Amino acid sequence: MPDIHMPKLSDTMTEGTVVAWKKKKGEKVATGDVIAEIETDKATMEWESPEDGVLAEIYIEEGGKVNVGDKLAFIGGEGEAAPVAPEEAEAPAPEAKKEESKKAQAETEMPAPADQKKEETAPPQEAGKIEAEKPSANLQPKPEMQPATTGQARVKASPLARRLAAEQGVDLSGINGTGPEGRVTEGDVRAAVKSKAAGPSQTKAAPATKMQAGEGARIHLSGMRKVIAERLVASKGPVPHFYLNIEIDAGPLMTARAELKSAGEGSDTSKITVNDFVLMAAVQAAVKVPKANASFDEDAIVQYTDVNLAVAVALDEGLVTPVITAAQTKSLREISAAVKDLAQRARNKRMKPEEFQGGTFTVSNLGGYGIDSFSAIINPPQGFILAIGAVSKRAIVDDCDQLAVGHRLAITMSCDHRVIDGALGAEYLKELRRLLENPTLLLI
Amino acid sequence: MREITYRQALNEALAEELERDQNVFLMGEEVAQYNGAYKVSQGLLDRFGPMRIIDTPISENGFAGMGVGAAMVGLRPIIEFMTFSFSLVAFDQVVNNAPNMLTMSGGQFNIPITFRGPNGPAHQLGATHSHATECLYANFPGLKICTPATPRDAKGLLKTAIRDNNPVLVLESELLYSSKGMVEPLEHDLLIPLGQAELKREGSDVTIICYAQTVPLALAAAEALEGEEISAEVLDLRSIKPLDLQAILASVSKTHRVVVAEQDRPYCGIGAEICYRIQKEIFDELDAPIARVSQEDVPMPYNERLEQAALPSAEKIMAAVKKVCYA
Repeated sequence: MPDIHMPKLSDTMTEGTVVAWKKKKGEKVATGDVIAEIETDKATMEWESPEDGVLAEIYIEEGGKVNVGDKLAFIGGEGEAAPVAPEEAEAPAPEAKKEESKKAQAETEMPAPADQKKEETAPPQEAGKIEAEKPSANLQPKPEMQPATTGQARVKASPLARRLAAEQGVDLSGINGTGPEGRVTEGDVRAAVKSKAAGPSQTKAAPATKMQAGEGARIHLSGMRKVIAERLVASKGPVPHFYLNIEIDAGPLMTARAELKSAGEGSDTSKITVNDFVLMAAVQAAVKVPKANASFDEDAIVQYTDVNLAVAVALDEGLVTPVITAAQTKSLREISAAVKDLAQRARNKRMKPEEFQGGTFTVSNLGGYGIDSFSAIINPPQGFILAIGAVSKRAIVDDCDQLAVGHRLAITMSCDHRVIDGALGAEYLKELRRLLENPTLLLI
Repeated sequence: MREITYRQALNEALAEELERDQNVFLMGEEVAQYNGAYKVSQGLLDRFGPMRIIDTPISENGFAGMGVGAAMVGLRPIIEFMTFSFSLVAFDQVVNNAPNMLTMSGGQFNIPITFRGPNGPAHQLGATHSHATECLYANFPGLKICTPATPRDAKGLLKTAIRDNNPVLVLESELLYSSKGMVEPLEHDLLIPLGQAELKREGSDVTIICYAQTVPLALAAAEALEGEEISAEVLDLRSIKPLDLQAILASVSKTHRVVVAEQDRPYCGIGAEICYRIQKEIFDELDAPIARVSQEDVPMPYNERLEQAALPSAEKIMAAVKKVCYA
């Protein structure tokens, strides 16, 4: 009977925390029984046993955090015990003294370079695919479209450069390749090693000065916080952002919303918000301008047939972007319901990993926080993100050149210039403006 | 050491082996009365007589087959093809009977035969007479193939081939017959083992792997590249099969960049096999994709300028070197 390992429950998951064991040591388990709650980088999830048997041994206590693929527990047959000293691949002879076996273990833990190499040669998503076949199949996400697999652009480097970089502990992504298409060569790595040895590291954005203020608290990075940090650096670094700003007349929108609210008193139409209108308009504009519903994939621009709308949801400990898939097929009412459901479950950490995956663009709304306008960072590999500010009353010049009081809404579109040029972004925003300034269009 | 021609070196090798072993004989078109189409067998008829230097009709399939039969009964035939383009008419004897007999007879009949003659494009011989056949024959288990590029290698490899107890193809080069080089004195029994490459020039930036007619091209390219501060190493394979993989890997591990210059065609050519082996064995030593220089993938043109354009050249090798050096 087998050891069971930390499952890979999302595309970006590299480690997980055992929040709780739902079965006790020695308890019988059947395939499909929930045996533990696992916190991934995105959510806490119930995890079902991949085997029938008895939970003979628990290696990782509640609260323990291990890498994907590490051993969690042993499920044995009736009366079967977990194998002793499971760590040692090449166990010394049984008589060998304990000290020796400890030493052997320490030595097997030593070779760090192998790990580094693994990191450099394969992005985590790819490494995960190999792992993914092992644990329980029913939790494996099967997103229909996967723009997410190309999250980080692969560093082009010659085999020799890769080997040297691994040996010297140099990060290839920090080296400017001088070969064709920026390929990193042996010479580039050697130069980087030299400059690293010569002066302080230029590649790391290391904390330059130690803060004198005195450390009040050191907050351990949650899985989510790590992913936020990694993904946004992966975005703002390589993805060439540019920004388009518009301010739309939100008067008709406010009127429409007020009408729905008062007319539909008590029904769910009364709960439709300005943001729901914005989401609906963003989706319909993407249908009208399909070139914007696209992402950059190394040697191609991929246009998507579905509009998968990612919505930024703030949580206490960070933010997540649940996805409404095939949003172009949904009515305003359905989108409103879907986003409320997703936000609710995201706050309760009760989301399935696939519900975070496959977004083709994101809408982030900070209007509720009183932000007039802002610029957002693209969530790669998506092609753009919309930053929605607050609807505010302003002094405006109306059609008759008279000063009047009007409602205004500021929208900023951050575009990946590799996918979306200024004119294309403008075309998208023009359509978005048309829909939002004529909100009855969104009701049909 | 003394300077002799490639043609003379081959002639010495034949004479020495005919002298050494009564079972050795030479057979082919024009080898006796006419002293050889390319005068490689000059003087041999006078010296060894018509029983051992035998003119044949224009019937490659026939005399190649006779050679295989003679080898089966204990003789050591040297079969000259006036050009290896004509060996294609005797393909069945060379690829079927000669290399398979040992296995198919359950070890009863080994075939100590040498097939030799000029191979590869020369000068305006047209599409049917310009074939580089090494890639064809290298595909057949049981055949050994060497491709001498210098007088010394020609003599040493031919002598080794004649003494080998299995079929060996000595692929000579018409364009090299008159080239000169230093060779050990006559009394020296010069034997160069099959499967040993030789560094013809040392360098540090790139390895040019070559054989036969591409060796002088590679050397010329390497010399010109020196002026552009690229130090090229020139590795002459000398044998196509067995292949001196260790020498290849050692040189590539030093330079990390490779150009294979071959005289055959690109598709399934010798270079394809070499590239495969390099990346399989020492992927991590490569700092750039491997480049190949070969004939163009067309029937060899008769027109002189077109022929030049279709052939590998020192200029093409230089361009390939610069490409792999990102220069």
